[in-house]
Amino acid sequence: MNQRTPLIIFTLVMAAIPFIPGVPPFWIVLLNNIGLAALVAMGLVLLTGVGGLTSFGQAAFCGFGAYTTAVLTTAYGFSPWLTLPLSLLVSGIAAVLLGIVTVRLSGHYLPLGTIAWGIGLFYLFSKLEFLGRNDGISGIPPLSIGGFRMLDPGTIYFAIWIAVLVSALLTMNLLDSRTGRAIRALRRGHIAGEAFGVQTPRAKLLVFIYAAVLAGLSGWLYAHFQRAANPTPFGAQAGIEYLFIAVVGGAGYVWGAVLGAGIVVVLKEILQSYLPYVFGGQSQLETIVFGILLVILLQLAPTGVWPWLMARLPIKLARKTPDTSLPRAARMRAPASSAALLQIEKARKQFGGVIAVNDVSFDVRSREIVALIGPNGAGKSTTFNLITGVLTTTGGTISVLGNKVDNAPPQDVVKLGVARTFQHVKLVPDMTVLENVAIGAHLRGSSGAISSMFRLDRADEAKLLAEAARQIERVGLGDQIDQLAGSLSLGQQRIVEIARALCVDPLLLLLDEPAAGLRHMEKQRLAALLRQLRDGGMSVLLVEHDMGFVMDLADRIVVLDFGTKIAEGTPAEIKTNPDVIKAYLGAAA
Amino acid sequence: MNTTIMLFLLQDGITNGAIYALLGLALVLVFAVTRVILIPQGEFVTFGALSYAMLATGQVPGTAKLALAMGIVAFGLDLFDIRRSLRPTRILRAFAFNIVLPAVILALTYGLAGPKTPIAVNIALSLLIVAAIGLFLYRIAFQPLAHTSVLVLLIASVGCHLALQGLGLVFFGAEGLRGPALSSAALTIGPLRFTGQSLAVYGLTIAFIVALWLFFGFTLMGKALRATAVNRLGARLVGIRTTLSGQIAFLLASLIGAISGILIVPITTLYYDTGFLIGLKGFIAAIIGGLVSYPLTAVAALIVGSVEAFSSFYASNYKEVIVFTLILPVLVLRSLAAPAVEEEKE
Repeated sequence: MNQRTPLIIFTLVMAAIPFIPGVPPFWIVLLNNIGLAALVAMGLVLLTGVGGLTSFGQAAFCGFGAYTTAVLTTAYGFSPWLTLPLSLLVSGIAAVLLGIVTVRLSGHYLPLGTIAWGIGLFYLFSKLEFLGRNDGISGIPPLSIGGFRMLDPGTIYFAIWIAVLVSALLTMNLLDSRTGRAIRALRRGHIAGEAFGVQTPRAKLLVFIYAAVLAGLSGWLYAHFQRAANPTPFGAQAGIEYLFIAVVGGAGYVWGAVLGAGIVVVLKEILQSYLPYVFGGQSQLETIVFGILLVILLQLAPTGVWPWLMARLPIKLARKTPDTSLPRAARMRAPASSAALLQIEKARKQFGGVIAVNDVSFDVRSREIVALIGPNGAGKSTTFNLITGVLTTTGGTISVLGNKVDNAPPQDVVKLGVARTFQHVKLVPDMTVLENVAIGAHLRGSSGAISSMFRLDRADEAKLLAEAARQIERVGLGDQIDQLAGSLSLGQQRIVEIARALCVDPLLLLLDEPAAGLRHMEKQRLAALLRQLRDGGMSVLLVEHDMGFVMDLADRIVVLDFGTKIAEGTPAEIKTNPDVIKAYLGAAA
Repeated sequence: MNTTIMLFLLQDGITNGAIYALLGLALVLVFAVTRVILIPQGEFVTFGALSYAMLATGQVPGTAKLALAMGIVAFGLDLFDIRRSLRPTRILRAFAFNIVLPAVILALTYGLAGPKTPIAVNIALSLLIVAAIGLFLYRIAFQPLAHTSVLVLLIASVGCHLALQGLGLVFFGAEGLRGPALSSAALTIGPLRFTGQSLAVYGLTIAFIVALWLFFGFTLMGKALRATAVNRLGARLVGIRTTLSGQIAFLLASLIGAISGILIVPITTLYYDTGFLIGLKGFIAAIIGGLVSYPLTAVAALIVGSVEAFSSFYASNYKEVIVFTLILPVLVLRSLAAPAVEEEKE
């Protein structure tokens, strides 16, 4: 089935509902509430489910949207349509200010921080004189087109659901793009993305603002739907509820937000109207049941209803296959023939009293495979992290093609043509192999968030995907291209990381234990690939414990032990070096 | 402003701050051991306080029945978990712990509650009830989720908060309650009058800080709890019963919550939903303490209490705004100082 078909069907169904004779007006009100909640939850899907940033404070952004239009239309006589961009702008600016503070927080600080400012803003709304304090602002004019005023729920229904559908479409477009992949990689930590040039703080701020603007849109619609705004719907409870909606629907899925909003709004309505009959008039019973249901749901289906539903539908959506025949993006210039590509001089890294890398010097020339070996804890991976800017050196210099790297951030190091893989695989397990590898080509595309949302990035995107697909073919994983990265064996995941690194079109490839977890035949194929890359003009620096593999492949070997370089030379020299034998076997054998 | 007013405000702030410190400590404790950010901590406060206040009027609080109801659910869950090896000893143990224990507490409450019951008995009963609720809350809501992410745990925690707060309304009604003071003794130093109540607040807070510090720093059980927090699998592999760790954490948290509640209910009127705000202020202290440091949390709580006292004097309308935005500069500092270490997430 075509990817667009379900969306078109859904749109037609939603458009038809108000015209079905006999639909109670109350249902339309419920649908309006569902649409309003879905908008906020959609932002949370992007922020929390996809980006991994939990926010309990989204309701406050609805408040910014609603109060902006409430004040401007009632006190200053602005037209509601004029306040739409202003409402979005105010929510966006609030998000920038709060986001700068908030998104850099990691783990549990983030949700707690959002609870705190969410409550703070709620109290601010309810105390400010010009926002009408606890009573809020009433008499907000309805939306109108020409002389047609959207006074009843049945007419503003269209405004709300057009907003929902357009937002869903834009959000899905955004996720399926260069920027979207960067956002989707956020949840798995920042190191992998940054190693390929993703500016993670900027990406986080972007989703934060995006989610806030969607919430602001919902608030603006709410104000003109209710024709009034008071603090209650923008408090902590509402913020919690929006997150609940996103989690119920399936926090990683755009349509999960709509589904979740439907489930929660209808459920609340049912609980509110029937519980008092069942239990005899006790107030707040619905909160009790609501809370208990939330806990039960999390225990039974922690990923939400949408993915559960999708897995049971017989219809499968077709995947696009990238056209690998597209022209290659321009190659980086070839390195000067004999000069050192990578030069490390007296690099040093201390963690407190521990010297992990002790004044290590070596270089990698062009078209050369150099192996960095040594017992566990010798400082090999730390050296990699120093080269790629993940860690800053305590002393010494590292230069690439004569340019000092000088503790540049990883995003700048990769621009010099240095790409890497990780000892502990850092792929996004719920993205396909193709999408994971395309993150490697991040710097070779240029489209931003806005152009992706409006699908102006397709030419750029096609080139990126073509490049990714070519590299996947090259490493021999063509058959797995559409599988989820998490479903591959560990060995294959390492190979996917190599394909991702190759997408950078690097001069120097840093491989951290690439052969671990590979079978014999796979190792041979990897060795052949690396030789082919070297002959094609690339240099490889690898850390590896499989001595057979290293001795067979490397042109030169550098041996580290306890952070210090103890030997350097050809495989034959290293094999007979007494210091090396001592380091590995404990005594001169 | 004169010195006397300042001293009064400071005293008020420190008394409140000590309560926030207790709650902050409990939050840090639970988070450190189970990774649960315990939003229902505030409900432990109100349940403890209002149960005590109701007992003082000779009534049996609904919380005692809730403990038994939760015990029955927990028993069901236990039976379901051991369904493959239903040995009589295991069933009996689960029955004793989940059914007999809360039933005894309920019976004791009915037996002892009356207008003339001594304060100490009422306190003991309230603590028993809330402790049982805390234990069963962990068993029912969090133990099945123990392996999930902090986010899932956090949302579950919010769910528990909603349910318990709603139950609070059912048990205690919308009217606020006050309880009798623990002691009527008072001490006057200069212009300040220290009531026995506030002295009890200070004393208990300090005692708890020292006790927790000793427990986690110097006992095997404390270290085991911390190990569970860092790595559940690793802890299990070395023989630590992670479920037990979680139970202990929740037991301590509910006790601390109930004690805080009993300490403040003679000072201020508590409503069924007051706990949430009080708990959140404890949170702010806990966040300032980085969710790891007990002494820092205690100091932060005193600051939160003082800021609250002073802002309620100068800008009472914006008291809550000021207290909750207090967290922002702290977050900024924390984020600037945040190490660039990546957490390995599963």
